[in-house]
Amino acid sequence: MRVGLFIPCFIDQLYPRVGIAMVTVLRRLNVAVEYPAAQTCCGQPAFNTGYWDEARTLAKRYAEIFAGYDAVVSPSGSCTAMVRNFYPELGVTPPPTFEFSEFLVRQLGVTDVGARFPAKVTYHDSCHTLRELRLKDEPRQLLRHVKGLELLEMDKAETCCGFGGTFSVKFPMISYAMDEVKCQSIAGTGAAYVVSADSSCLMQINGYLQKQKLPVKIISLAEVLAST
Amino acid sequence: MSATAQQFLRTAAAKSADLRHRAVIQTNMASYNVAVTRGKARFADWQNARRRAAQIKWETINHLDRYLEQFERNVIANGGRVHWAETSAEARNYILSLAHRHGVRKVVKSKSMTTEEIHLNDALEAAGIHAVETDLGEFICQLRHEPPYHIVTPVMHLTKADIARDFHEKLGAPLTDNAEELTRIARQKLRQEFLSADMGITGANFAVAETGMIAITENEGNARLTFSLPPIHVAIVGIEKLIPRVADLALLWPLLSTSGTGQPITAYSSLIGGPRRDNEPDGPAEFHVILLDNGRTRLLADAEQRDALHCIRCGACLNACPVYQNIGGHTYATTYPGPIGAVITPHLRNAAEWSHLPYASSLCGACTDVCPVRIDIHHHLLHNRRNAVQKRLDHPLQRLIFRSWLWAMQSPVRYRLAGKLGALACRLGVKPPRAFPAPANQSFKDWWKNNEPGT
Repeated sequence: MRVGLFIPCFIDQLYPRVGIAMVTVLRRLNVAVEYPAAQTCCGQPAFNTGYWDEARTLAKRYAEIFAGYDAVVSPSGSCTAMVRNFYPELGVTPPPTFEFSEFLVRQLGVTDVGARFPAKVTYHDSCHTLRELRLKDEPRQLLRHVKGLELLEMDKAETCCGFGGTFSVKFPMISYAMDEVKCQSIAGTGAAYVVSADSSCLMQINGYLQKQKLPVKIISLAEVLAST
Repeated sequence: MSATAQQFLRTAAAKSADLRHRAVIQTNMASYNVAVTRGKARFADWQNARRRAAQIKWETINHLDRYLEQFERNVIANGGRVHWAETSAEARNYILSLAHRHGVRKVVKSKSMTTEEIHLNDALEAAGIHAVETDLGEFICQLRHEPPYHIVTPVMHLTKADIARDFHEKLGAPLTDNAEELTRIARQKLRQEFLSADMGITGANFAVAETGMIAITENEGNARLTFSLPPIHVAIVGIEKLIPRVADLALLWPLLSTSGTGQPITAYSSLIGGPRRDNEPDGPAEFHVILLDNGRTRLLADAEQRDALHCIRCGACLNACPVYQNIGGHTYATTYPGPIGAVITPHLRNAAEWSHLPYASSLCGACTDVCPVRIDIHHHLLHNRRNAVQKRLDHPLQRLIFRSWLWAMQSPVRYRLAGKLGALACRLGVKPPRAFPAPANQSFKDWWKNNEPGT
């Protein structure tokens, strides 16, 4: 099986550690991965803002870059949803692309990656991972197998954090209010970490946590799974 | 940016920071959620019920011309009259001239968003006709001189104490926060109005083509009094309210009440099939149905978004929406707020003025998951946005940004350069927007170069 890595632009630039963690886990599981260096962005910011022609150009580019791969793995449910659910709307057939937890659990059949992370964590269901990809249990299965990890469910696990890409720039006050509601739910669990399959949500959540000096840290699912 | 959009931004910003509003809505939504979860569990298969309901509405909307004409024929055969109104003004004028002909001085109304849509109360008052809202929630709205906050629960934003204060200040009632007592105060006031009204105006939850009947769903019995006591009954019905058969109500009634309030069925469910007949003891002498277009056929003509007309106005998408919960119903400044309102308003009114609404969503998809007729609401918001860009309603600067962004993203060299420039700007003290952190010292691309297998 030829497996390609898709590292979304903001992970590449802002959170490279998330991509590195995913590679670490996959190598530990003896999955050989390739990283096509020409990749940039899936096109989601343009698509979500209404610029479908611009998004289509990048969708075609993505499809060309990843043609020939049996699977493409990405540490982002949001970008995976863009490729799988929305490329067809743009008339582009997507290469088989999987979110990281989905790839591990559904494609590789792995739920225990041999990780160790002794801490109380709560899991934030990102909207795209949950409602576009329908992945709710997969990330949790992986977390439950991490040694020392205690998973605490928050009451608003499925509520949006308020990021929404350009939404958070166009409507910062609404976005902030949504973030506040989310973070109060997170803090209510007493967890030391909030984990998610989407770093964009974590970035949003971290904005509020830091501003209010709440004692919760953000960490991506890939980083938890890479910890030993 | 349109004036409407600017107003929206201002109100949304203020409301988002209103913690009292947030607390009231969260409390009310929590009890709604408990009731709806229990309600859905009563269905043998909720998902299947949604699929079937979507089929019924799909069938209707895709053959709407046929069902509308069938409905009209049957209303007339039952002794009623049908008026086709293309615009709000046509609907209002029909009612005003009818009222004028019959010397109507007082109108009682049951809850109807369609009458809100055509701004009927203002038109009636301007013509010297007193209009009385008889639904408790709408009655409170009217006292407060504000539009309904929500399409199903008009005063969801108020507490019992708020309502008690309004009754005290505006009706001279003694202060009480006992719900039964408050209801009694409203009932006493309203009974007199029912008995002296010359015309009753209702909406309709469904219009049944095969029988020419309208179906009305309510909990207070005020709609029954509205359409049976006064000598004239006028129902204003959006053309999308059609359903083919009476039997469809067996599914749609419980589906609507479950999604709307969590009730298995509302306290009163009525089917009205025309004026009083000779052998009947009560009912109005005249029954008029106004079939309202008001932009709906524009939406019907759009094959991609046509299914937004499937909406049965249950309000579930409003309740599920985290944006709605934080900015509240009034902020939208539309008759139909929330996610479905954001989809249909640019069609029903004008896109240039209302295209900010489809953008005021994080696209979380909670609306789509709860919609009882399976309208793909949040994906429609994406279609609205694309339409806005195609019509060049976007800001020229935004267009320029995305063009330049595309240029950068089409080449790994330019992409890399853009990243480096961003990092440099951050080091020089430029603050990234909102929560964005500064770019990492080493990108994944750079890391990979040094950690590629074989290196």
